[in-house]
Amino acid sequence: MAEANSSPLPIEQRRPLSPHVQIYRWSATMAMSILHRVTGVALYAGTLLLTVYLVTAAGGGVAFAQVSRFFGSALGQVILFGYTFALMLHVCGGLRHAVWEAARGFDPVSRNLLAWSSLIGAVVLTALVWAGAAML
Amino acid sequence: MPKHDSILQTPRARVKHLGTARAGTRDLWEIRLTSFALLPLTVGFVAIVAMLAKSDLAEARALLGAPIPAMIMVLFVLASIWHMAVGLRSVIVDYIRHQHMRELALMANLCFAIGVGLVCTYSVMRLSFIQ
Repeated sequence: MAEANSSPLPIEQRRPLSPHVQIYRWSATMAMSILHRVTGVALYAGTLLLTVYLVTAAGGGVAFAQVSRFFGSALGQVILFGYTFALMLHVCGGLRHAVWEAARGFDPVSRNLLAWSSLIGAVVLTALVWAGAAML
Repeated sequence: MPKHDSILQTPRARVKHLGTARAGTRDLWEIRLTSFALLPLTVGFVAIVAMLAKSDLAEARALLGAPIPAMIMVLFVLASIWHMAVGLRSVIVDYIRHQHMRELALMANLCFAIGVGLVCTYSVMRLSFIQ
């Protein structure tokens, strides 16, 4: 990859490297695979949102009011919406992997269907969660 | 690769600490186990957060301190930090090639996950037992 020239071996003894993402034409499965990793890392950082909320709820008082106000603000709502979508996409990605781990859905039609349905599923689930939260 | 690498380095030395084929399936198993556990826990977590959305402090404390939500929350946090620590470890070993940076990142990863787990669990316990 980036440090392909750092090998100590003379060039004729080096093993060939696989081409990386930039060489391929984008496909639905490739995009969803990358998004699965990206949302995983985003959710990792997103645990801080939960941590801050729980700490201030336990601590109480002024800090909780500030945190609540931030989550209620436009920026806070965008972050929470993004967190919800990332969570739903990652869950749907997990379900997609569960199908593959059962050794099913590897043919071109099925794998594209799985990729697209996990994206559509995430959009629908995010909408349902926010609609449900609004109705409570 | 570090500067002191040379042709004299054995193939084994070059791949040391990069993970072994034998241990590789442990990550797969742990990710599979925790994601299976997280499926119902995430449903519970999202339901609790949706209920917290319009709660003031007293309502939030009452909800998070109630037995079932508290247990769902703690289990969700514990399964999540396990899942995310294993997941990010694979991201780190994939992308960080400099050995010292990689080791630092691996330590930071574990410390972050354990820290988040401890702080969240302690907070929920506190809400359950000290109102």
